Amino acid sequence: MWYKFSRSKLSVIGLFIVVSVILLAIFAPFIVPYPLHAGAYTDFANANQAPSAEFLMGSDNIGRDILSRIVFGLRSAITMSLFVLAISVPFGVFMGLIAGYFQRSLIDSVITRITDIFLSVPPLVLALVIASLLEPSLRNAMLAITIMWWPWYTRLVYGQASSISRLDFVRASELSGVKWWNLLFKEILPNCVSPILTKVTLDMGLVIIIASSLAFVGLGEQPPAPALGNMVADGAKYMPEQWWMTIFPALAIMIVVLGFNLLGDGIRDLYSMEDK
Amino acid sequence: MKNGLLTIKRLKKYFPYKKGLFVKAVDGVDLQIAEGKILGLVGESGSGKSTIAYTTVGMYSATEGEMVFKGQDINKLAVDRSLDMKGEIQIVFQDPGSSLNPRRNIKQILEVPLKLHSRREKSGFPSTTKEILEEVGLAQGYLTKSPRSLGGGERQLIAIARSLATKPSLIILDEPTSALDVSIQAKVINRLLKLQETFNLSYLFITHDLSLMRNVADRVAIMYLGKLCEEADTAEFFQRPLHPYTRMLLSSIPVATEEEEKLKPTKIKSTGEIPSSVYVPSGCSFHLRCPEKMDICPVVDPEMKLISTGHYVRCHAVKPEDEVNQ
Repeated sequence: MWYKFSRSKLSVIGLFIVVSVILLAIFAPFIVPYPLHAGAYTDFANANQAPSAEFLMGSDNIGRDILSRIVFGLRSAITMSLFVLAISVPFGVFMGLIAGYFQRSLIDSVITRITDIFLSVPPLVLALVIASLLEPSLRNAMLAITIMWWPWYTRLVYGQASSISRLDFVRASELSGVKWWNLLFKEILPNCVSPILTKVTLDMGLVIIIASSLAFVGLGEQPPAPALGNMVADGAKYMPEQWWMTIFPALAIMIVVLGFNLLGDGIRDLYSMEDK
Repeated sequence: MKNGLLTIKRLKKYFPYKKGLFVKAVDGVDLQIAEGKILGLVGESGSGKSTIAYTTVGMYSATEGEMVFKGQDINKLAVDRSLDMKGEIQIVFQDPGSSLNPRRNIKQILEVPLKLHSRREKSGFPSTTKEILEEVGLAQGYLTKSPRSLGGGERQLIAIARSLATKPSLIILDEPTSALDVSIQAKVINRLLKLQETFNLSYLFITHDLSLMRNVADRVAIMYLGKLCEEADTAEFFQRPLHPYTRMLLSSIPVATEEEEKLKPTKIKSTGEIPSSVYVPSGCSFHLRCPEKMDICPVVDPEMKLISTGHYVRCHAVKPEDEVNQ
């Protein structure tokens, strides 16, 4: 497995980035130079410092270390992604399995219509609407993203499940009396795992982008908590003189998303090799 | 044939095709399978053989007709049948490539039906995965293998083992060997015959390979466009084929030697192809390809007639023996 995976340099880079980011996120308070700067902290004496040995990525307009805030921002972005996917993936997958297995039944059309409605609205717009209807906070942003995220999994699994349901081994299990929920989870689901896993990895990055976009327009995590989107938005006001306030958080978003995308591609290649 | 295990009467299965039109896959078929016997059901592609199989196991619901198994009505979908009934009637599919879950190993595949039907006592049947593997002649080492690493013949044996795990009385074999190499076919067939003897199973053996039936089946039935043409005990069937379609099929079996050629009925040239089962020809559906076509054939559909003991033919040109003698 590892040998096959490691043959692609890019996937290994992706894995490396993802693992480092996760480690950074877990051990953030022990690693960063100024853990206190992640909150409501002011030090006007050191405001607007350019990158230096003291502040590796400079400091912001109230004297907080950008590097420390980026690491804490990554921490909240990863937590949020995990939380969103932990809820939307199982729900979406379950809906897709049911609709795919009970082809052309009432439950199939109900589930497919609902997902169609969700999928016909651009994801960011839908999240914006939901988030702006609710009070802006991290929790509501997560809620908004979760609500718009599950239909993609339903759609993905629906296609897989409906073609697998037609195969003889599912027929054979049905005919020997296996109950439908066992069919769904033991016969059909294991055959859908590879596309789901690939999509989950790719989506980790996507959720971070959407969450940052929400934060950018002020509908995500609220100050003073550090969110990468907030930091980019705050820094934009001081461009181009204090470029470090914007460029470093933006780079952080880019690298994390890139890492997840490379890893996702690697996983997909791994499974497609295995299936041959 | 009073001790019929499975009796099918006037079975019809129509699939909606277009407005007002139907694919008449099975159009009034009577069949009976005796306990511990093998019925060979032979026909070209599209003659409705598999539809009969799928209807019998309850994957399709019959449009019309009766199906009785061990005195119980089984004219219903599999979901509405009892667990015991599902265990009693099993099916082995044609393509061993898709009949085993690639994400589970052999042990897991065999365990599921074994556990489900463990409460039903039936003497002689294996009760562990090891014993089942032994019955189909595979080594214990296969238990931990994945279906992907097996060849077609081995997969088909596993599929047979799985159907055995539910302690069936009747196994429907839907062209079990046609996807396999010739060298492996014999191995699988021999194993099937051995199992049939050991467990006193009945088989509905569906195939398009007529020559195979000579050595396998106790009775043979020929199907054409959703209807039976001829049905007889195997010896009678091959010695005295009466329906023109049967003779056409028999004479087109390829043989190796001159002596074998002499054993076959007089050469009838095989012409045409099976017509569409939506626009079924009028009268006898075979009249378009029949070398003995008479004026009545395109007009009246013949009835199934008893010609001699256990020998049924559905053809205007064939008269029952007593009528001929008179």
